[in-house]
Amino acid sequence: MSDRHMLAMTLALSAAGGLAAVLFAGCEGMPEVGAQIAKDAGVISADQAQSLTRGAQALQKTWQDLTPEQEYYIGRAVTAQVFQTYPPLDRPAANAYLNILGQSLAVFSDRPETYGGYHFLLLDSDEINAFAAPGGLILVTRGMLRCCQNEDELAAVLAHEICHVEKKHGLAAIKQGRLTEAFTVIAAESAKQSGNEQLASLTREFEGSVGDIVMTLTTSGYSRTQERDADAAAVRLLQRAGYPETAMIAMLNRMDERLANSGGIGFAKTHPSAKSRADALRTMIQAAESAPDAIRQQRFAAVMRPIIAGR
Amino acid sequence: MKNRVLAVLLAISAGVVLAAPMSVQVRNGKVRATPSQLGAVVATVEYGAVVQAGAPQKGWYQVTTSDGKTGWLHESALSKKPIAMRAGATDAATGVSSDEVALAGKGFNEQVEAKLRKEGRLDYTWVDRMAAFDVSADQIRNFRTQGNLPGGAQ
Repeated sequence: MSDRHMLAMTLALSAAGGLAAVLFAGCEGMPEVGAQIAKDAGVISADQAQSLTRGAQALQKTWQDLTPEQEYYIGRAVTAQVFQTYPPLDRPAANAYLNILGQSLAVFSDRPETYGGYHFLLLDSDEINAFAAPGGLILVTRGMLRCCQNEDELAAVLAHEICHVEKKHGLAAIKQGRLTEAFTVIAAESAKQSGNEQLASLTREFEGSVGDIVMTLTTSGYSRTQERDADAAAVRLLQRAGYPETAMIAMLNRMDERLANSGGIGFAKTHPSAKSRADALRTMIQAAESAPDAIRQQRFAAVMRPIIAGR
Repeated sequence: MKNRVLAVLLAISAGVVLAAPMSVQVRNGKVRATPSQLGAVVATVEYGAVVQAGAPQKGWYQVTTSDGKTGWLHESALSKKPIAMRAGATDAATGVSSDEVALAGKGFNEQVEAKLRKEGRLDYTWVDRMAAFDVSADQIRNFRTQGNLPGGAQ
């Protein structure tokens, strides 16, 4: 066998065995080259070459290859699933205020635009928690609201969640195996509508992906690095939007006190300790604490006080 | 001579940047009169539409839509990768290969959501209500002014 044949066989076999993803990680186009050489050398047929190329491309794909539209549908399902445990709080005035505040921040983020835009909702739960579903659906519990004494501190909570969306931390929680499976099914199809079998398979992987994210949001939590990144980005976002970044430290300190009394449920389970986060931020923030603006204080109190009081 | 070559190269590269096609990666892209999320909307562009984008300036691209309207889009609304169009959409001639069409338009999409809804596996009632919360640029401007929030930089 010539050297060229050997090379072609090796490339074709490694692609077929799924090793291409490992061997050529970060080197897009190599599986195609391998399959092409193998085809040219007569080792495999044109159909086989195409199939190998598609398979190898699917193996190389990660959560970063999900399109904004796919992110949007994943985020919607994640939100629907969170609602199964944390019911929405149907308070129109408070939710309207939450959305204006959230949008006022989102326009200053590094990712002001997502496929379906940012939307915010309160949850009827005493647990101290907040969730950011991929694509910009952001949820805040009544318990978390109790950690905020004014608009500036609620802005700090929302800024942190917006930054999780900006950095796509939710999508990163999806297990790679599910995506490889989904991308393989997608790649194997033509551009026509999915057949029943493929749709069932995609739906299974979709539900698994949604489950991975919900598990991370509600139970296992993001990594400390991701939380620290979201905190640092949130401070920059607050600065750009004109809110005092010291509100973030005030909110974290209050959360720390409340968590100490709550026996470590909710946020405590999924986030590094609020105190350690406040300490880390102190090194970033030079500004001195300022008294909250009277009008912002008043409009926050008007809609949120009754909810904080549990009425 | 060296300078002239450099000038020509610069002109070519500038020309390439000016003509770069980019795809809209949000459902309702709003082309704005100024590079600001609160700028007046001069045109709307749908997911997958191709616009001609100039060089980025602090996160914003000056774009020209397929029907000749000019304005600004934030970089988060645009993708350098082609995005496959749904059948029947207006800007279908984007030159994407069938593989790219299959990859971009398929998968975790409305078809999958429809199946989950139909089988009663997920209740989307509140997701739909939440997604309907809409805030206008005017509301944001008023909210910021009334709340004494300083200008800020986008």
